[in-house]
Amino acid sequence: MARAVSSRRKWTFTILAWALAFLIFFPILWTILTSFKTEGDAAAIPPKFLFFDWTFENYGIVQERSNYFKFAMNSVILALGSTFFALIIAIPSAWGMAFSPGKRTKDLLMWMLSTKMMPPVGALIPIYLIFRDFGLLDTRGGLIAVLMLLNLPIIIWMLYTYFKEIPAEILEASRMDGASVWKELVYVLTPMAIPGIASTILLNVILAWNEAFWTLALTTKDAAPLPQFIASYSSPEGLFWAKLSAASTMAIAPILVLGWFAQKQLVRGLTFGAVK
Amino acid sequence: MGTISLKNVRKVFGDHVIIPGADLDIKNGEFVVFVGPSGCGKSTLLRMIAGLEDLTSGAIAIDGKDVSQAAPSERGLAMVFQSYALYPHMSVRNNIAFGLKMAGVPKAEIDSKVAKAAATLNLTDYLDRKPRQLSGGQRQRVAIGRAIVRQPQAFLFDEPLSNLDAALRVNMRVFIMQLHKDLSATMIYVTHDQVEAMTMADRIVVLNKGVIEQVGSPLELYNNPDSLFVAGFIGSPKMNFVTGSEAAKQKAHTIGIRPEHIDIVEGKGTWNGKIALAEHLGADSFLHVDADGAGRLVVRAPGEFRGKEGGAIALKPDMSRLHRFDDMGGVIR
Repeated sequence: MARAVSSRRKWTFTILAWALAFLIFFPILWTILTSFKTEGDAAAIPPKFLFFDWTFENYGIVQERSNYFKFAMNSVILALGSTFFALIIAIPSAWGMAFSPGKRTKDLLMWMLSTKMMPPVGALIPIYLIFRDFGLLDTRGGLIAVLMLLNLPIIIWMLYTYFKEIPAEILEASRMDGASVWKELVYVLTPMAIPGIASTILLNVILAWNEAFWTLALTTKDAAPLPQFIASYSSPEGLFWAKLSAASTMAIAPILVLGWFAQKQLVRGLTFGAVK
Repeated sequence: MGTISLKNVRKVFGDHVIIPGADLDIKNGEFVVFVGPSGCGKSTLLRMIAGLEDLTSGAIAIDGKDVSQAAPSERGLAMVFQSYALYPHMSVRNNIAFGLKMAGVPKAEIDSKVAKAAATLNLTDYLDRKPRQLSGGQRQRVAIGRAIVRQPQAFLFDEPLSNLDAALRVNMRVFIMQLHKDLSATMIYVTHDQVEAMTMADRIVVLNKGVIEQVGSPLELYNNPDSLFVAGFIGSPKMNFVTGSEAAKQKAHTIGIRPEHIDIVEGKGTWNGKIALAEHLGADSFLHVDADGAGRLVVRAPGEFRGKEGGAIALKPDMSRLHRFDDMGGVIR
């Protein structure tokens, strides 16, 4: 028998859910609103919510003062590059661990995950020194390597979980049907894993795009992505809230749009394995 | 074509011996059922024939050709899995056609073969659906269709009916038997259900702890079981086993008598006791009797038998149908 949910209860939960969503979204909304204010209105106390002089001038100034597109291009290259190389390593690793696990596979997976529990600042000095000595500071190649290694454990975990969900009997059936290893991979494995691979790519692009700690520490100019672009507006001469907000909005806009269109895939990706 | 022979086939996982060494010859066109309790190695043995499990030692020949080291794709066998194992991203048509595509069969030929198989299996209206849009029975038929289009050397069935409900299971059982008649192909069928084994098989292979206990036709196993295990496994309800002084009288460690081979007599019988429980099935009634000296016995009585629970009853076994076993569980003939 279906349990009847009273309409009052339904309304309460709906309102609660919207309130929570608004609370989470508020900082982003405030940043976007502030980017349309004058510096005076941005710093006004009490804060002005919607009734202020709307202006686009911050965006103009930000674009004039620094080259947004160069930073954005770096962000795109770093996010896509690190994701691409991570997949090349992660797909075979996850296949191997999912379909022919050894005695230590579980330990290996735990160990990989445990590296994410270490505070990144603990590795900053050795990595900085390596980058300095090998001339990798402020290079895209060096940063791609770091971002890739940073997210590799999560990517392998996600793919492993997806691959685990593919029943081994289906692969065996294709072998009985006369498929070679290569044909099994192309016609059976990959099509079945595509949703998993897609959400993994998406999540990793977002993580790499938003990564600030390592990009701020290891780049200055040539390889600097959007987090560096935002940071350049918190200058020693004082904070320019409106311009900082405009820069932030420009930095997060592409990934926000991507995330909006890929919502379904992302939810599936983040709750993977939760519901069988 | 279609003969399969196993020579001292062994399977060991670490220190765990799954199959200590199996020998078996399957004739062309034979319907052979591997039966045994779960964990007896019957599925492992089937998967070794399929090539999905490696042999630890021994040899398997199909149609006289040694395939011990051959990949599953090179053995020319088709398999139907318990979980159906359909390709979820392909339509029914492509599921059935997959094996032919892999073999590089021309498209026109694939189309006609798929259409023919679909007609046989009542799947013509479902060819463009995905597996998830089908019922359990339909999925099972797609899995069978995938096997028959390839005209394999032999069919392997791994508990194909255990995910279906009881009514459908009976239908599919008859369907597979009809298929075997029509195709006259070699089939190996794995099940833990002795009723399926008895009704379908030309020959039954009874497995216990990885060892082939006995191979024979259903009636051979029913009438002349080689061991206590086979005697207890084949037949429903189970054979009654009696140990102690009653068995000693027959110069055996254990004696066995089937419920249908015990007569209910007037007055005093070989064994006398009380009816503890009665199961009425309509055609038959099964009485659970607490007999003096023999313990709890199940006895088949006619459907109209009106004995009450708690009532006294006298029993007389048909001595010609009595089975005698030694203390190792082997039969004494």
